[in-house]
Amino acid sequence: MTVETLEDDAAGVVAGSEYERQRVPEGALRGPSSFWGMYAGEHTAGTEFMIGPLFVAWGASAASLIFGLLLGNLLAVLTWRYLTAVIACDERLTLYYKMERIAGRKLVAFYNLANGLLFCFLAGAMITVSATAVGPFFPPGTIEMPTFQSTMPTGIAWILACIAIGTAMTLVALKGYGVVAQVGHYSAPWMFLVFVACALVTLGKLGTTDVWALLTPPPGTEQKISFLGIVFFSWFCNAAMHLGMADLSVLRFAKKPSAGWASASGMFLGHYVAWICAALLLVYWVRAHGVDPTKGVDPGTMVNDSVGWAGLLCVIIAGWTTANPTIYRAGLAFQGMIPGLSRTAATLLAGAICIAAGIFPAFAMKLLDFVGLYGTVLAPIGAIIIVDHFFADSLGIARDPAARSGSAFNPVVLIAWLLPVAVAMYGYWQHNLFASYLPLPCAIACGLLYALLSRAGGGQAVARS
Amino acid sequence: MHTAAKILGLLALAGTIVPPALFMGSALGLDAVKAIMFVSSIAWFVAAPFWMKVE
Repeated sequence: MTVETLEDDAAGVVAGSEYERQRVPEGALRGPSSFWGMYAGEHTAGTEFMIGPLFVAWGASAASLIFGLLLGNLLAVLTWRYLTAVIACDERLTLYYKMERIAGRKLVAFYNLANGLLFCFLAGAMITVSATAVGPFFPPGTIEMPTFQSTMPTGIAWILACIAIGTAMTLVALKGYGVVAQVGHYSAPWMFLVFVACALVTLGKLGTTDVWALLTPPPGTEQKISFLGIVFFSWFCNAAMHLGMADLSVLRFAKKPSAGWASASGMFLGHYVAWICAALLLVYWVRAHGVDPTKGVDPGTMVNDSVGWAGLLCVIIAGWTTANPTIYRAGLAFQGMIPGLSRTAATLLAGAICIAAGIFPAFAMKLLDFVGLYGTVLAPIGAIIIVDHFFADSLGIARDPAARSGSAFNPVVLIAWLLPVAVAMYGYWQHNLFASYLPLPCAIACGLLYALLSRAGGGQAVARS
Repeated sequence: MHTAAKILGLLALAGTIVPPALFMGSALGLDAVKAIMFVSSIAWFVAAPFWMKVE
């Protein structure tokens, strides 16, 4: 998974980006090929090394992994193609600017704060993943690596490793993220092959090519995630980007909505092949070394054992190239929220929060839950855009109400957004609902509430005021 | 330059994926796989900036 495209909208100000407050002109539109490469690169990230093994730890069946991921990723691609890309090509605006036209500038700033904090925790998870690649460079036992059950730092050496990596990422983020973005672009095909290489070596070590049998959990394994859970996870782990409309910022440059099909490269290479390859790494450790799957093994150790330094390089680069722009964007979001805060101070603040989050392995080890919550908070905003774009005229409510009225704050959006999110959070914390089940009902409820409240007079009141 | 980088890049990618496949077929040892993959990774990052352009 990735946050890079979401970040493009986070602060509404992107170094080197264009047309932030206007429609993208015809001359700036791009053909489909650039989107296929971009999606393939963005969705092969450091966190992929965590997600595959976490499925194994959760006792996912082979059918869930092979067919559930296939179905969930297909649904994600269809969401990109028939919602995000269609709106992007009709409107040709960033999420930030489109939201500002509906919700008002002040409410967008609030959205950015939520965005910025979520970015920090996600970047923290990436720092955790990258830090696991430091361990193999030292004598065994020097750095105690976290397990899937770890929530607290494992020791001073671990803390120092996270601080060192997080500080380096933050310092680079202070310089902008152009270089790291380029490294990420160059790394994409190589990184994907390293994932596949890990799987090939694992199959060689286990002396079988029967992937189905390998992915089948031993009898008696507690199944914490069902087929439907895998489908919903893979559909909504990037909910903020497709249903949440963050990828408007990318797809607004597409000549035609068919560019939305390009998301298939990211889903089926990164979120299908790479996840299954990463899952096989833990399968090997469970079968060959008797490791308890619920405790797992850190990505650095598994990858080093499988393909050596190339793998460690991959873990570090995969984490770095996604965490670095995240820190940069979170800094921008904080800068937007706190008047007078310099770019340097804002980035340092974001970096400090990310490092603090990275030191605690809980964010990386609870990644399956975290990305669900991430989508639950951010995806509903997309539902409001869907209502505004497709249904506003037929419902008789104003399109872009804040822009029409010059309002800086549309309370209808705030209520429609936060009410379902609050109910979802209650369901998650009090009733242990799987987080990936929440983005869809939350978004639907948000869209309905927005339509009802706007129809009842709220939206039109804003438009008239 | 572009052609040379492209050839080196393709060789680097091959060096990343072919050795593990050979290991799977018991045709190459794991230490050799790791060494070739590491050298290929370095080669890839040397070649890629000259081959792949960023829009």
